[in-house]
Amino acid sequence: MAVESDFSQDGKKLTIKVKGRFDFGKHQEFREAYERQCPRPDSVVVDLKEATYLDSSALGMLLLLRDHVGGEESDIRVVHASPDVRKILAISNFEKLFDIS
Amino acid sequence: MPAEQALTVLVAEDGAADRLLLAQIVRRQGHEVFTAENGEQAVAMFIERRPQLVLLDALMPVMDGFEAARRIKALAGEALVPIIFLTSLNEEEGLVRCLEAGGDDFMAKPYSAVILAAKIRAMDRLRRLHATVLEQRDQITRHHHHLLNEQRVAKAVFDKVAHSGCLKAANIRYLQSPYALFNGDLLLAAFTPSGDMHVLLGDFTGHGLPAAVGAMPLAEVFYGMTAKGYGLAETLREMNAKLKRILPVDMFCCALLLSLSFQRGTVEVWNGGMPDGYRLSAEGEVLGMLCSHHLPLGVLAPEQFDDATQVLPLAVGERLFLLSDGVVDTGDAQERLFGVDRLRDVLADNRNPDLLFDEVMQALAVFGGQSRDDISLCDIRMSAPEELAPQPVVYSDSGRSSPLDWSLRFELRGQSLRRFNPVPYLVQLLQEIHGLRPSSGRLHSVLSELYSNALEHGVLAMDSRLKRDAQGFAQYYRQRAERLMHEVGGFVSIGLQVEPRGAGGRLMIEVRDSGAGFDVARELARTPEQQAFSGRGMGLVQRLAGQARWLEGGRLAQVDFEW
Repeated sequence: MAVESDFSQDGKKLTIKVKGRFDFGKHQEFREAYERQCPRPDSVVVDLKEATYLDSSALGMLLLLRDHVGGEESDIRVVHASPDVRKILAISNFEKLFDIS
Repeated sequence: MPAEQALTVLVAEDGAADRLLLAQIVRRQGHEVFTAENGEQAVAMFIERRPQLVLLDALMPVMDGFEAARRIKALAGEALVPIIFLTSLNEEEGLVRCLEAGGDDFMAKPYSAVILAAKIRAMDRLRRLHATVLEQRDQITRHHHHLLNEQRVAKAVFDKVAHSGCLKAANIRYLQSPYALFNGDLLLAAFTPSGDMHVLLGDFTGHGLPAAVGAMPLAEVFYGMTAKGYGLAETLREMNAKLKRILPVDMFCCALLLSLSFQRGTVEVWNGGMPDGYRLSAEGEVLGMLCSHHLPLGVLAPEQFDDATQVLPLAVGERLFLLSDGVVDTGDAQERLFGVDRLRDVLADNRNPDLLFDEVMQALAVFGGQSRDDISLCDIRMSAPEELAPQPVVYSDSGRSSPLDWSLRFELRGQSLRRFNPVPYLVQLLQEIHGLRPSSGRLHSVLSELYSNALEHGVLAMDSRLKRDAQGFAQYYRQRAERLMHEVGGFVSIGLQVEPRGAGGRLMIEVRDSGAGFDVARELARTPEQQAFSGRGMGLVQRLAGQARWLEGGRLAQVDFEW
């Protein structure tokens, strides 16, 4: 699976791992990763350690995730982004919406 | 087993007994049968009746089965008409010949009714599969034509909207892949009433129709507000709010907006999510970057949107080079990206600005990148104010003049000074006076200049001498934003008085502020060179209005327009 999701024991924290190219091809899988679980998690970690590339539809998917878990009040961390991926996130100034490390 | 479908079957066999026997077997299985005695008859019968399946004896007089098979296959064209050879040939070579002549299967004599029935069913399955494939292929082709046609029409409509602006102006050069729109790229340019030029290079998320639909409302806001004289900040807020309202959450538009003031020799920039633009000297040397400091349009709610722009000096001949991410993200076979460094090499090597686009495209080709359909390049040169003649505004009203004897005064305070720009409203109002219409560009410039002087130097007590160089500009506008963020005391008051005079009339403009004023005589004595960016635009106002006075220690500016 190119998108893996994992809930913490108490079900409050969701970790989503994306592998390979993070583009429109992952749309369905990525949505399923967070839409399946009810109730919604309190916080989400998007792990991009194995993501090689990220395009603008991936940015759109991150916005969908943000909307799903509470928009303004959401707690989403994007971790392990490679320098290339970080550059793409930086150009769009997504650090203003997400905690990127 | 599904119910067997009745087929039309041609039986070609020279032996009368065999022919009758075969025909009978096939008929009993529910099919309709035509018969032929030799190859020639078989071909003629095929032309006449178009059977769906053919049983063909290999060895026949007049024309043998091999030749008949070749002709029937040729006549059948794309459709699959299965041919089963009937043969007593046993040696491999004979059987191979049957298949090579176009046969799909063969059957050895003597005939077994059971095996023949099974073979006919198998061939029918194959025939129907083939027909389905052909039908689907044709359907895809039709849909594809349909789609291309729709795109062509949509593009034609869009081009009318998008190119209603001034992309053809002498100081703009641009290159866009033909269907860049359907990859979300968008390039717009228009003159403001005062002769400034607004340019937008945008890139919607995604591809295809979804990426293109947002372009229409965006273009509408851009052209509508630019024509009415709104500044970048107001236009940006409106575009963001509109896109936020109409687009789904995962769609947004990266955009770089520019406002070039030829009068003042400055450019105002806002970049949300587009690749760095470049500020180039006349010789093509990189002077600075137009970096993305904002989230793209359509992401943030109106309350959170940041419309802060950057203002930079731009001398005549200096250029701005903008591009979409299709350029730097072009990948080669190993998925390496073209990248910013290679682009900067091209910029460094460029000697003739006219060839820059060609050199960029050439470099992309040499890099071995897959040719992408979302490449936009734009090169805008700062020109002298008199070099560009903005298109005249077209008025859509009845042409009857309104009364010419009125006055108004209004005063902006506190919050209103922070955000509200009164100039477009006032110019709009003054358009009602037909005699002033030819001067509306000058009016807009003069009002803008007087208003920003009163606000910046009067109310906010900004020091115009800061604006000596690019760094000073940045500092000046940072300070301006900071001071506006704090509680703004004081006021700017604008008075307009219109009175008839013979066949024409006179407009008197008064702009007063609560600031400390300035030494009018000393300021007016400075040469235009000394004023340059750091003046209070007094030279500009005098040049445009002819009649301009500063009274009350610089706290009141008066300008007259006559017609």
